[in-house]
Amino acid sequence: MSEKYITRSTAIAAHMLGGEMMVMSATDSTFFTLNEVATAIWQAADGRTPLSEIVSHAVCDQFEVEPEVARADAEQFVEELSGHGILLVSDGPIENSYSVPVEGS
Amino acid sequence: MMSSVHEIAVDIGGMPILLRTDDPSFREMLATRYAGFVGSSQNPKFELDVDLVTPSPEMASDEDVHVEMQDGQWLLRRGDFRAQWDPRVGRGWVRQTANPYSIDAVLRILHSLVLAREGGFLLHAASAIRNRRAFLFSGVSGAGKTTISSLAPDDAKLLTDEISYIRKESNGYVACGTPFAGELARVGENCSAPVETVFLLAKGPVNKIEPVSNGEAVRCLLRNILFFAEDPELVKLIFRSACEFVDKVPVQRLTFMPDARVWDLIQ
Repeated sequence: MSEKYITRSTAIAAHMLGGEMMVMSATDSTFFTLNEVATAIWQAADGRTPLSEIVSHAVCDQFEVEPEVARADAEQFVEELSGHGILLVSDGPIENSYSVPVEGS
Repeated sequence: MMSSVHEIAVDIGGMPILLRTDDPSFREMLATRYAGFVGSSQNPKFELDVDLVTPSPEMASDEDVHVEMQDGQWLLRRGDFRAQWDPRVGRGWVRQTANPYSIDAVLRILHSLVLAREGGFLLHAASAIRNRRAFLFSGVSGAGKTTISSLAPDDAKLLTDEISYIRKESNGYVACGTPFAGELARVGENCSAPVETVFLLAKGPVNKIEPVSNGEAVRCLLRNILFFAEDPELVKLIFRSACEFVDKVPVQRLTFMPDARVWDLIQ
């Protein structure tokens, strides 16, 4: 299976509030709140780290979850957010990926 | 022949906007509509020349409001008005027929644009001051804004039954009265107080207050904040304002019966 690379769109705003990550698309105002696992993937989405590595290090090493379940959940999460243009997905490293600053506590 | 100019400063949320017209009867209509919110013409924050035109099909379409920034100027358009405003110099103009609704919409839009830059916003919410603190009751049409406003006890000062004005200050958030009336057709009182709580309204068989998650609070606020511009940067500002607001101000769900006893919970 081919590898995926993910990065955050620049057309979004993100804010950490009381331990919850809030993300909104600035183009269509779609709004998401991310759980802890999704937040970990989100924060690791630097365009250079393969998704499998993100799942391994940011999810499986940090949360009690089976690797296959984590991989499937991550794929679903990436598909949903990329469908709204909030995450950008590529089958190769994403050059010049820009880390959207996360505001809040 | 020279025509005389008639001015009136409408001061909402501490932001006086000077309106200038050559029609004295229009000026009088504004004075009546915004009674209680007429301020000094000496130091307006902005000035708008209101150009009254005769009714025509062009100025009577049902085109939705459209707001965009072009070359540093805000262009505002709806079926019943055209307006332009340059925030750099604080001047602009409005073209409309002699009716109160068009200028009312322009004022709402201008305030929403200015507040967005300052961390505040206009919210679909009734609000009232009780014991020197402001309580907001937010919800879409039918949620109960008018009902809870009409049930307010005598000691509560009604700031608005429709559009709440939230200003960010160094030590928190302040709710200001507005003349933007809803079904009660009653202009709010021109006063302000620190925001104590925002209640998300729901009608139900009992009166009760329940917590809501931060995510739901932000989602509901974003749904009810008045915002007109299709400008991604301003959308980001509004998002940030909503998050920062929820971080500082309790947001709770208020389920209530149409009965004045609900106000026992609000003090």
